[in-house]
Amino acid sequence: MRPRAGPPLPDAGAQLRRLRFATVWLAGCSGCHMSFLDLDEFLFDLADRVDIVYSPVASDIKVYPDGVDICLVEGAVANADNLELAFAVRARTALVVSFGDCAVTANVPGLRNLCGGPGHSSGEAVLRRGYVELADTHPGIPRAPGIVPELLERVLPLHEVIPVDLYLPGCPPSADRIRAALLPLLDGQRPRMDGPAMLRFG
Amino acid sequence: MSVITLTVDGCDVAVPAGASLLQAAGAAGVKLPTLCHLDGLTPVGACRLCLVALEGTTKLLPACATEAAEGMAVSTTSPELREYRRMAVELFFAEGNHICAYCVSNGACELQDVAVTVGMDHSRFPYRYPQRPVDASHPWFALDHNHCILCTRCVRVCDEIEGAHVWDLAERGSDCRIISGLDQPWGEVEACTSCGKCVEVCPTGALFHREDGTSEKHPHRELPFQLRLAREQGQWRNQGQALPQALEGGGEDPS
Repeated sequence: MRPRAGPPLPDAGAQLRRLRFATVWLAGCSGCHMSFLDLDEFLFDLADRVDIVYSPVASDIKVYPDGVDICLVEGAVANADNLELAFAVRARTALVVSFGDCAVTANVPGLRNLCGGPGHSSGEAVLRRGYVELADTHPGIPRAPGIVPELLERVLPLHEVIPVDLYLPGCPPSADRIRAALLPLLDGQRPRMDGPAMLRFG
Repeated sequence: MSVITLTVDGCDVAVPAGASLLQAAGAAGVKLPTLCHLDGLTPVGACRLCLVALEGTTKLLPACATEAAEGMAVSTTSPELREYRRMAVELFFAEGNHICAYCVSNGACELQDVAVTVGMDHSRFPYRYPQRPVDASHPWFALDHNHCILCTRCVRVCDEIEGAHVWDLAERGSDCRIISGLDQPWGEVEACTSCGKCVEVCPTGALFHREDGTSEKHPHRELPFQLRLAREQGQWRNQGQALPQALEGGGEDPS
């Protein structure tokens, strides 16, 4: 098993320059990002201290960049695009945060793992259920390679795909919890993740 | 009443003979995490969260189901015990289908609380996603096996407090599950008095009122202790009402 304490923050030099900060949206409802936006005025403080180099809610950059210091990853890993982006995040980020219950546990997206039964791809089963068994007209499994990403056999929590440095549970994590985790990180410290204010699922 | 003296984390405590190590820990001001334990019900040591170390033995013991003995030296906390407790909670989450976000007991769930207590920020075990049914055949209540952790509180409260013994365990290992009656749909079990005690004591969202939606279950878990106390002390006699012969002297020995 991976030791619970993650590595320290980015290199020491990172504290002398503006941190490169990213947020990523995988298989989730975007509720964690809505909670992030709920940081309200703190977003101004954050913008003073970091460069937001990739984010579905705060930038228009399409390719995950190199040399990211901190990345909040919302959502489980459910399809080929999620998987590719998760690998890119790990390769190009110093500190990866599993952001919210979907990233931490697979949560609601993971419920499709119940489809199909043991030993079968829940991706195939859920498509068959939705597009064949319940179809009113024109039953057929949609396929558009290169356009619509293929579903993985199982929906996975982020840490089952890449090593994760910090877990920030909650559905969604409240803005207060996000701020309490981010503030120490901006100063190169690990936040204390204990007690109901920081840890509670749901 | 004879008294037992022992130490808990180096602190001298005295408890009545017959007390459990959980009670001894309480006397020392130590609050151990528990899930299957409930005051008023017979302890079973099912959840393994209250495991403690005992000087002179390498075996860890469930505090709730171990009787305090003279001269015991009990240790309730160590890196090893903390790790085992966290692993036990992670295994609960990984074993069933516990999705707090849409659960009836979200916010009032003892499993959710205990995950905070043991510092669980994620599960290091892969989730099993077992296929489990929901029994909604009872007119008022329902049983969602997906959220059941097999603490057997419902089994014990129904047997020991209500006296109906509707619930029991069937199968073994990963197939182990709660059954009602003779493995019938709950709504068809004639022995069920629909008292709802099982719903009140369920630590998770496994047993719930049918009308409860997400985060709407707010149970009353002190109920068995209060009922047992009322029976033992014959509290109803103070109302000046005569009891049927069958209930007179009903104070059963709790041990």
